[in-house]
Amino acid sequence: MNIKINNLNHFYDGSKVLSNINLEIMDGQILSIIGPSGCGKSTLLRLIGGLEEPSSGEIIQIGSPPLDSLNMMTYIFQDFALLPWRTVEENISLVLEDHSLPSEVKRSVINDVLDRTKLKDFSYALPKQLSGGMKQRVAIARALAVNPAVLLMDEPLSALDSQTRELLLEDFVSLWCRKPFTAVYITHNLSEAVRLGHKIIVLSRRPGKIIETIDIEKPIADRRLIDKDLDEYQKNLWNIMHDEARAADAELLNV
Amino acid sequence: MYKKKYNFNSSKNININRAVPFIGKGFRPKTKRWMGYFVFFIIIAVLELATRSGLITSLTLPRPSDVLATMIELFESGLLFKHLVPSTIRLIVGAFIGISVGITIGTLIGLFSYIRSGLVPVIAAIFPIPKIALLPLFVIWFGIGEGSKYALIALGSFTPTVVATYGAVDNVDRTLIRMGQSFGLSWISIVYKIVLPGAMPGILSGLRISLAIAIILLVAAEMLGAEYGIGAYILEAGSLYDLERLFAGVTILSVLGITVNVLVTILEKKILKWRV
Repeated sequence: MNIKINNLNHFYDGSKVLSNINLEIMDGQILSIIGPSGCGKSTLLRLIGGLEEPSSGEIIQIGSPPLDSLNMMTYIFQDFALLPWRTVEENISLVLEDHSLPSEVKRSVINDVLDRTKLKDFSYALPKQLSGGMKQRVAIARALAVNPAVLLMDEPLSALDSQTRELLLEDFVSLWCRKPFTAVYITHNLSEAVRLGHKIIVLSRRPGKIIETIDIEKPIADRRLIDKDLDEYQKNLWNIMHDEARAADAELLNV
Repeated sequence: MYKKKYNFNSSKNININRAVPFIGKGFRPKTKRWMGYFVFFIIIAVLELATRSGLITSLTLPRPSDVLATMIELFESGLLFKHLVPSTIRLIVGAFIGISVGITIGTLIGLFSYIRSGLVPVIAAIFPIPKIALLPLFVIWFGIGEGSKYALIALGSFTPTVVATYGAVDNVDRTLIRMGQSFGLSWISIVYKIVLPGAMPGILSGLRISLAIAIILLVAAEMLGAEYGIGAYILEAGSLYDLERLFAGVTILSVLGITVNVLVTILEKKILKWRV
């Protein structure tokens, strides 16, 4: 299933936050979106997932989602959004409970995602007992449990320290290699964007419009933390973004 | 003083080799369990000595040992339970009605704009009314029997519960609700699995206040048309200026208050295990 966005504009109280966005999210690929802070990246993600309505333009779904998908558009949030009163296992079961699945099916789905995210030994732990990286793994497991057509990731690694971030990046890569998923990955971190994205879209500062689209041919599995090919892309991206970021930084916020 | 401590102007400090002084003392109060008992003991001991020595006359304050003797007598005669049982039932029934309606209304206020806009001013208007003033009204509506007592206690515990509940619902982490919606959870599931558990800490701390108010109103209600009950016992002792019995009654109320508080704490520990 692909997602196509046509001529999308979005306003907040009369001020434009997104301007004339056109893009296509390809099935089985990861689309990275980067941009300076406040450029409307997160708004764009909320629009794609239907948590907000666009002021104008359309977001179209092309083709049908996988039949066994319980939740077509599924988010992974920056702050994990785990229920602190539920254990790891119960947090995952939360998103299955409304689907009247037979309990053995539910059981096997939970076991499968716990296994894929290496959380088997932590199924009875409460979120307060887990490190940031573990919490985000639980959120990833929860997202995988509903077998989403598109994963919408909103700065999923930004709340983590840089070593944990690297570990989770590796986990994302191995999850994708085992079973390719479609994803939109929002970040302000250039190295994350080039590590995971098949395609990278650069947004300008507010109102966000697409100023560059870059495709990276190198297979995701072959990309490394220290990688000459990626460095080129990263340098390139930074050149494009540098002035935008500076201008965005100097803007006054009207909140 | 600082000059002396750090030797700012001394040329000798080049060779000084000592520990950095610890300046982070204090501002970290901790509960010392025995301190509470100790203060209680001191107060009672001082009163006992003062009343025995004649420094305080028995007309001013009863002797603590006499109050204790009165309580033992009350217990042995079986009158204690005759008073305590109806009081406890009134407290439980009244507070249960008030708190359960309060949590329901509070949650509705927290969830729906129209209910919020309509009811918040009404609650704000009811909250400051001394409920005791309404007792005659309740007697007319519900009769002199148990009905008016339940109603008074229920109304008294209702208002603080409502305010605590909708405040707690407002404070539930919006990202969790957004998460529930993004996973397509039904409205009912979001309320029962995210909003209510998330509001529980606030609701439980409101419960403490509601129950304390319920005990105050219990006594007030029993002062009108009750044959048995702690309030009736205190009122009777008061009108006879029987200070030993008055204090015995007051002590029973204190113990009741502490018991309720302990029960809420146990409940909190059980329900809020997940809290950091």
